[in-house]
Amino acid sequence: MAEAFQFELVSPERLLVSEQVESVVIPGAEGEMTVMAHHAPVMTTIKPGVVTVKTAAGKEERYVVFGGFADIVPAGCTLLAESAVAVGDIDRADLARRIQEAREDAADAKDDEARSKAEQFLSQLTTLEGAILPA
Amino acid sequence: MPSLKDLRNRIASVKATQKITKAMQMVAAAKLRRAQEAAEAARPYSERMGAVLANITQAIGGGGDAPALMTGTGKDDVHLLVVCTAERGLCGGFNSQIARLARDHIRRLLADGKQVKIICVGKKGFDILRRDYASLIVDRVDLREVRTLGFANADAIARKVIHLFNEGSFDICTLFYSQFKSVISQIPTAQQIIPAGVASAAAETTIGGNAVYEYEPEPGEILSDLIPRNISVQVFRALLENAAGEMGAKMSAMDNATRNAGDMINKLSITYNRQRQAQITKELIEIISGAEAL
Repeated sequence: MAEAFQFELVSPERLLVSEQVESVVIPGAEGEMTVMAHHAPVMTTIKPGVVTVKTAAGKEERYVVFGGFADIVPAGCTLLAESAVAVGDIDRADLARRIQEAREDAADAKDDEARSKAEQFLSQLTTLEGAILPA
Repeated sequence: MPSLKDLRNRIASVKATQKITKAMQMVAAAKLRRAQEAAEAARPYSERMGAVLANITQAIGGGGDAPALMTGTGKDDVHLLVVCTAERGLCGGFNSQIARLARDHIRRLLADGKQVKIICVGKKGFDILRRDYASLIVDRVDLREVRTLGFANADAIARKVIHLFNEGSFDICTLFYSQFKSVISQIPTAQQIIPAGVASAAAETTIGGNAVYEYEPEPGEILSDLIPRNISVQVFRALLENAAGEMGAKMSAMDNATRNAGDMINKLSITYNRQRQAQITKELIEIISGAEAL
């Protein structure tokens, strides 16, 4: 039984989660990372993906986040997501719309840098779609 | 002197008005509760954002790699004012207070020889500012169709602002909105969002204390991702405060109107009763003097 720590998932519209958890898997910009109690202080941006929360009670909850960043200190972890929903509540149409928008962004990007950025974002979104669709 | 029938009609019409203002007050009260909840729900995010931002600025220490959105262009020739007001009237001095603050600001800037550009959010502010400064308004955002304010609305406005900034069309951006203090008091506020006033945020205590952070990716890169998001958050907060303030102002305005209508009904009823009494007395006198004459 791992030690519990405070985890908060916040979106601009509301506070989604604020509870004691055992571990959290965060889709960091430079790779997924699992955060447990007493983690070294890290600040990272996150990419669109699934956050898996294992609560102290042993339940596992999954949330879809679209970008944002995480602030990790030994005492807890705060995830500020641009928008976040529980996997069960995800709106397929909304996701499809985001992908469509990303595709348009990639198509009319002006320079190479913007294009590669947009394409990266698009691929992250499609991976995300693949990851949650069978769920 | 109005006749009895006229008075009756007037009383009926004031009563109808009172019913309407009463209903509007109750609607505003219900909406106010929702708007307040929304504003409260949004608070943790902006608080955390401030804390994180403070942390990261400390780490960078005002170094050279801070993005332009934070440090500004180094000039203050062109000012952009984002004036957020309500979409509807009938809420007392709410809209005109914000507009007045903005107007004073514009006048001062123009007197100093600065260039001013305005983005109007909300119809009422646009209507007021259009009278004097139509040529300065570069854009307006209409939120009338929006039923529940979402982060997406604020994000769209922020994106517009950032786009203008990247084009170099202004140096300093100030946000005008009304701070929701209580139902009876909303304070029109001007807040500078570009260059971001992180100095005040840094003074607040941060969650992590003085922990040495590891940054992934580099602090500068995180910051350049964070600052635009922070602007969206500030705009979102302003919109939510405005929504709550509008409802509060509307509620008290409608409460006043209802009370005024009640006073008016009382006065009219007294006049009506008095006149009716006078007429009865007059009729009695006529009857009595008619009988005496026989």
